[in-house]
Amino acid sequence: MMSDIKIQIRNLYKSFGSNKVLQGIDLDVHDGQSIAIIGASGTGKSVLLKCILGLIKPDSGSATVDGIETVGASRQTREDVLRKFGMLFQGGALFDSLPVWENIMFRFRQNNALSIDELRQVATDTLADVLLEERVLDLYPAELSGGMQKRVGLARAIADKPGILFFDEPTSGLDPITSGVINRLIRNAVDRLGATAMTISHDMNSVRQIADQVAMIHDRHIIWQGSVKDMETVDHPVVHQFVHGLPTGPLTKYAESI
Amino acid sequence: MQVLQIPGRAALSMLSEIGRLSLFIGQAIFWLVRPPWYGRQILRQIIDIGYFSLPVVGLTTMFSGMVIALQSYTGTERFSAEGETSVATVVVLIITRELGPVLAGLMVAGRIGAAMAAEIGTMRVTDQIDALDTLSTRPMQYLIAPRVIAGTICLPFLVLIGDIIGVFGGYVIAVYQLGFSPSVYLSGTLEYLEAFDVIIGLIKAAVFGFIVAIMGCYFGYHSGRGAEGVGRATTNAVVYSAILILVFDFVITGFAFVR
Repeated sequence: MMSDIKIQIRNLYKSFGSNKVLQGIDLDVHDGQSIAIIGASGTGKSVLLKCILGLIKPDSGSATVDGIETVGASRQTREDVLRKFGMLFQGGALFDSLPVWENIMFRFRQNNALSIDELRQVATDTLADVLLEERVLDLYPAELSGGMQKRVGLARAIADKPGILFFDEPTSGLDPITSGVINRLIRNAVDRLGATAMTISHDMNSVRQIADQVAMIHDRHIIWQGSVKDMETVDHPVVHQFVHGLPTGPLTKYAESI
Repeated sequence: MQVLQIPGRAALSMLSEIGRLSLFIGQAIFWLVRPPWYGRQILRQIIDIGYFSLPVVGLTTMFSGMVIALQSYTGTERFSAEGETSVATVVVLIITRELGPVLAGLMVAGRIGAAMAAEIGTMRVTDQIDALDTLSTRPMQYLIAPRVIAGTICLPFLVLIGDIIGVFGGYVIAVYQLGFSPSVYLSGTLEYLEAFDVIIGLIKAAVFGFIVAIMGCYFGYHSGRGAEGVGRATTNAVVYSAILILVFDFVITGFAFVR
């Protein structure tokens, strides 16, 4: 049952100076759905995600989460909405000055609701969910490999069991084996939490493993949206070229023309 | 008309930067006085700024005291025979009123302002600041306010210790190289020194500490992308801190001593 709209975007515009990035984006994400936003580099996928989170202010348009408008919302409203989110950033974005357990428990720590021992125990349990051992608890991000950083980032995103999960290029910079592990962990986490998920990616293997639905951004607009299954047989020439990674086609001509 | 475009654009860019900096300072002050205060962050910054800057500030003020003692002796010798008293007075007044706070400010700008800009700039380019935001923590409150509080609190203490070390440096030169009597030198040090001189030096130090922290945080927070952006932020933080320290030194001195 996916009738409730969790995230709704209407007529969203965003430019940086004369560079028009998003021009009239419309998108609905239903409760419990896992959607992947695909598109070539620089097409504004991450900008869209940051607009929903309120990290970037769009020029115009609307983005609602559970019916609450996030564009132009007050700080308090934004904070209330952000509590529903867990976010895995492209590079992990772990805090360099904090050990792993404090990174994972950062939000809890600010609330002062649990003792240090309790926080460490929750961190240990969350680490187990992403297949990391207790021994990494006291390591610092600089002491971790790229794959481990992504897993700790994922642990931080799911630590307080959010209803919405955002993943920004979760497998970028990782080898295929580690990418596969991360994809599986993400899918498991989304299923276990029953969360609504939005993944930004141009790694089609990742999209196939994580997502149910796919939307493609091209030339500042969402040009196609459908299921992962439909994606494989789509006859839209741009989507077809991108999904199958073909070296020639309309995307190549478009890239050469700009 | 094209001739006017370049200065016009530069003026607009400068005004825009001043506006952005003013907003940043306003926000920083706003969040300074609102809970929650991040005690661990404040303590970490106090240790970084206060404790770890002590050697560099101590060395600088000590050698400055020694140089002032030598220079004032060779200078006053040309027109006055009362070198012992005047050297001590010149050393203590210059150190407490002027060189103590200015040198400490410049040293801390080089050491801490640059580090703040680099750390916050790196956090910006690696999305750590956005991550803070998504974890319902206000970056201005978590990152900026503790640094500004620590900078403003620590500089006066550093300067106070630097003043004592600087005067000691002058004493060492005066007694062991110039052959002055220790008791005469010490009485010369205290005779003309007023509490007002020290207090003005400490007020200057607090202002300089605020400037260093704000500029480090501001340029780091608005750092451009990549290593080049962080590098430029670091350079700007030090350069603008140094310029503002000298400007405000003049302004405060003008208000305090010119009647």
